[in-house]
Amino acid sequence: MRRSVSIAVLTVALATGVGTITVDQKNILASAQQKPETTEVKIDNFSFGPATLTAPVGTTITWINRDDIPHTVVSTDGVFKSKVLDTDEKFSFTFSKSGTYPYFCSIHPKMTGKIIVQ
Amino acid sequence: MAGKLKDEILYDHNHDGIDRRGFLKCMAWAGTGALCVMSGGVLKSYSLSRLPELSSKNAMGELNFVQISDSHMGFNKPANPDVAGTLKAAVDKINALSVAPEFMLHTGDISHLSKPEEFDTVDQILKSARPKDVFYVPGEHDVLNDDGKQFLERYGKGSKGAGWYSFDKKGAHFIGLVNVMNLKAGGLGTLGHEQLEWLEDDVKHLKHSTPIVVFAHIPLWSVYPEWGWGTEDSAQALSYLKKFGSVTVLNGHIHQTLQKIEGNVTFHTAASTAFPQPEPGKAASPGPMKVPAEQLKNVLGITDVNYVQGQHALAVVDSTLA
Repeated sequence: MRRSVSIAVLTVALATGVGTITVDQKNILASAQQKPETTEVKIDNFSFGPATLTAPVGTTITWINRDDIPHTVVSTDGVFKSKVLDTDEKFSFTFSKSGTYPYFCSIHPKMTGKIIVQ
Repeated sequence: MAGKLKDEILYDHNHDGIDRRGFLKCMAWAGTGALCVMSGGVLKSYSLSRLPELSSKNAMGELNFVQISDSHMGFNKPANPDVAGTLKAAVDKINALSVAPEFMLHTGDISHLSKPEEFDTVDQILKSARPKDVFYVPGEHDVLNDDGKQFLERYGKGSKGAGWYSFDKKGAHFIGLVNVMNLKAGGLGTLGHEQLEWLEDDVKHLKHSTPIVVFAHIPLWSVYPEWGWGTEDSAQALSYLKKFGSVTVLNGHIHQTLQKIEGNVTFHTAASTAFPQPEPGKAASPGPMKVPAEQLKNVLGITDVNYVQGQHALAVVDSTLA
């Protein structure tokens, strides 16, 4: 979605007949293209990627299982708990309070991860 | 792979076909089911390639049973799109054994996602097996979403706690343990305090000469903790079994046959009837291993166990579904 915004800005820049992009516009482009906080955690090869993810308060994190084997996403402190996720299934949780949230796969407990909410 | 590594014995302490270093070689048996022949205290195990050497005297005993494991009904990924077909092939193999097994042990992961229809399909397929009694312990895939409630309703009648129990067959004492519940972050399989107490009490009054067969899903020894292939408190459980001359531990979970002898205890893991998993540490993760379709049945299997009273080993013979 952010990418389409930046293209729109570029299109406007070109459509207004400005041959070169001004410094201001470059900044707009840069900030528009700056990656938002990763809000997806990919489950693959029996691991969470990224294993540690930092996000602002209010972020919704989505876990997606890309493995051939079902996994779960379970907060160590009981804050959130997914149903079992088969291949390509997702689980989302919105973090409304700052803090560190360790979690693991309750089927394969060697799989652990952490969400840091700031 | 199995063809390259012969079952040569480096040092055969018990004259039973297995030496201590045989553990590593046993890994080369991956996928060959196992015939277990117990004689007098130590598990005797023959890989499929040694079956012709096995005299009928050794192959027969007072008690003969089969272990199957990890049928993962519902799994449909490329590693095996037809797990029902391979379970049926396992049943055919069981029905073709020269000595009809008295019963079967299923060491868990009956289903892939704990769905009722997955359990139903397995029950239906196993009905065509000659042995009518099946003793189950749950795998982690059988207790998803409901803390094992459905498993207990289906298979846990008369069991204690999360589904542990024991029974006697022809002088041997069988103990089914559950080590897939309440797993902790970063940890391994776990038995838990309540089950350990029950176990201690269960074996307290048994004679030392009673052959013990323990079966559970996750290995009760450290196969490869990095992949969670072990049980946190298995040492505690095994300490209660020290007094017995013959202890055989049968597990599943790792989808390959492995064997180890430690003192009075012989550990054995069975092949899956569904899909193989890589050897410990030989892949990025323990996920399903894809093999060419024509080779699949070479890496799936059943385990035939044969107890001969008065002899010193439990014969475990793995055989593939090929």
